[in-house]
Amino acid sequence: MLVKISWKNIVDKKLSSFLCILLMTLGIAMISLLMLLGKQLQDKFAKNISGIDLVVGAKGSPLQLILSSVYQIDNPTGNIYLDDVQAIAQNPMVKEMIPLSMGDNYAGYRIVGTNKKYFEHFKTKIADGAMFKGNLEVVLGGQTAQNTQLKVGDTFASSHGLDSEGEKHTENNYKVVGILAFNNSVVDNLILTSLNSVWSIHDHEAEHHEEAEEKHHEKDEAEHDSTERREITSAIIKFRSPMGMMTMPRNINQNSKLQAAVPAIEVNRLFELLGIGVEGLQFLAAVIMFISGISVFVSLYNSLKERKYEMALMLSMGASRTRLFLLLLLEGIILSLSGFVAGILLSRLGIYLVAKALNKRFHFDVSQFGLQTGEIYLFIGALFIGILAAALPSIGIYRINISKTLAENN
Amino acid sequence: MLACSELSFSYDSKNAFNFPSFSCQKGETLLILGKSGTGKTTLLHLLALLLTPKSGSIKLNNQELAKLSAKEAALMRANHLGIIYQKSHFVASLNVMENLLLANYLADKKPLNLHALKLANDLDIEHILLKKTSSLSGGEQQRVSIARALMNNPEVIYADEPTSNLDDENCEKVIQLLENQSKTIGAALVIVTHDQRLKERFKNIISL
Repeated sequence: MLVKISWKNIVDKKLSSFLCILLMTLGIAMISLLMLLGKQLQDKFAKNISGIDLVVGAKGSPLQLILSSVYQIDNPTGNIYLDDVQAIAQNPMVKEMIPLSMGDNYAGYRIVGTNKKYFEHFKTKIADGAMFKGNLEVVLGGQTAQNTQLKVGDTFASSHGLDSEGEKHTENNYKVVGILAFNNSVVDNLILTSLNSVWSIHDHEAEHHEEAEEKHHEKDEAEHDSTERREITSAIIKFRSPMGMMTMPRNINQNSKLQAAVPAIEVNRLFELLGIGVEGLQFLAAVIMFISGISVFVSLYNSLKERKYEMALMLSMGASRTRLFLLLLLEGIILSLSGFVAGILLSRLGIYLVAKALNKRFHFDVSQFGLQTGEIYLFIGALFIGILAAALPSIGIYRINISKTLAENN
Repeated sequence: MLACSELSFSYDSKNAFNFPSFSCQKGETLLILGKSGTGKTTLLHLLALLLTPKSGSIKLNNQELAKLSAKEAALMRANHLGIIYQKSHFVASLNVMENLLLANYLADKKPLNLHALKLANDLDIEHILLKKTSSLSGGEQQRVSIARALMNNPEVIYADEPTSNLDDENCEKVIQLLENQSKTIGAALVIVTHDQRLKERFKNIISL
């Protein structure tokens, strides 16, 4: 009955109740959305760098190198020679070196030339077909297969560059031999093939360049007996011990034409940059929630003034002051909790839309709709604001003089 | 069953009231007549336990009510007293039926739906049970007030100026309603008024 009366009172003053709920909804939705996005991005970023100690590539921005080689979202810094990287891999501290070569795409999905270690690193499983063996055979990531509708046995012509608008390599078609199961990592959005496939696609174009370069570097590389110097984009390096992390990046950066970037450091840097914006927005959302509290306060304060006689009447009918206090408190709680529920729903809708947008642009699959731990604190916060905003004006209940109030209105 | 003796009350040193002693039996009607400023409303509030008297006693069925604590007084009001105020007021967000059942709720009783429907039938407010109280006419509001005062089958019904704004015809109707209803449930009826028209109707009259 108490809840019913509270509810009736809220419905009775629709506009002011709507304003209270709207403000609370906005505040909660903003904070919740930021928390969800932040958490999911962090999860995603953390998962993709786990186990990767170092990325080696051409000189340039270290963040760009990490974004392009680990997350596959930025352009590569340039090409490097495979044998330069292999020289680094000879170091006893290096446990594993995974070469990566990119530069082509199909329908916006990057074609990455690599070896089997890359699959082992991401613990991929084949859902259909088999691993690539021969030249120009590819394996598709789960998301790629779903979005491009390619199946095992299909062939396609790749485009040059990382945009789908690039010039097409029409002479040589890739053949799909396998499709990977979803594993919620960057692999989902790639097309994987062997290094040889990438090289053979580009061989006919690069012939002239290679000849020129071969002559140019003839003297430096005299001891090398290979007839051609293969290029890759970058390489992922894993160390045997943390000691490698201490010495090798510095050594590579100072003493070679290559650049070494530590993913953990770069991702932290990225999150620090993003963090400022996120904190600003969170502050704004907290302010909105606070204003919602004020609006509950004002609404109840005014209504208590209007309903002073009503309260005195109920007191004269036998209601205890505590019961009426609870009645008003309930109004505040119902308002703030409605705002909370609406806010959580709105943030889920927001996440859904963001996930859709991200899926097209960055191939990020962000789908986690459960209640987050942070949102439980948000719930407590909303409840606290509702109770506080309702309790302050409702204390007036204890000051009502029943006889005087009833007599005044006669 | 209701007996008051030597009640006195003062708001401050200038506004002091001393009231005569009186009593009223079950099923009887007592008219308390007085001009403005003679303390009619004060006496009603004392009787309704909304004010605590300075001295004197109010006895209902030989129970002393004058010295009850606020909590006990609220319980007594809810269960044994029915009060009809001069101006009808309701909980605005609730409809007529809900306002009636509110009396049961505030007395910690189960909602007496059938009782409410019977009262609504007797007082001719059945057709407005689902309306908001703000949309009712003055007469309808007063009848709803009467019904609400009767919801917990009180032992005493207090009515504050029930006829002051009514023409002769309606005055007679309302008084008859009050008398009939209090007789039906066997309650004492105490009417506080300045309306001289009622003088001839009752024999049990106290003048202030």
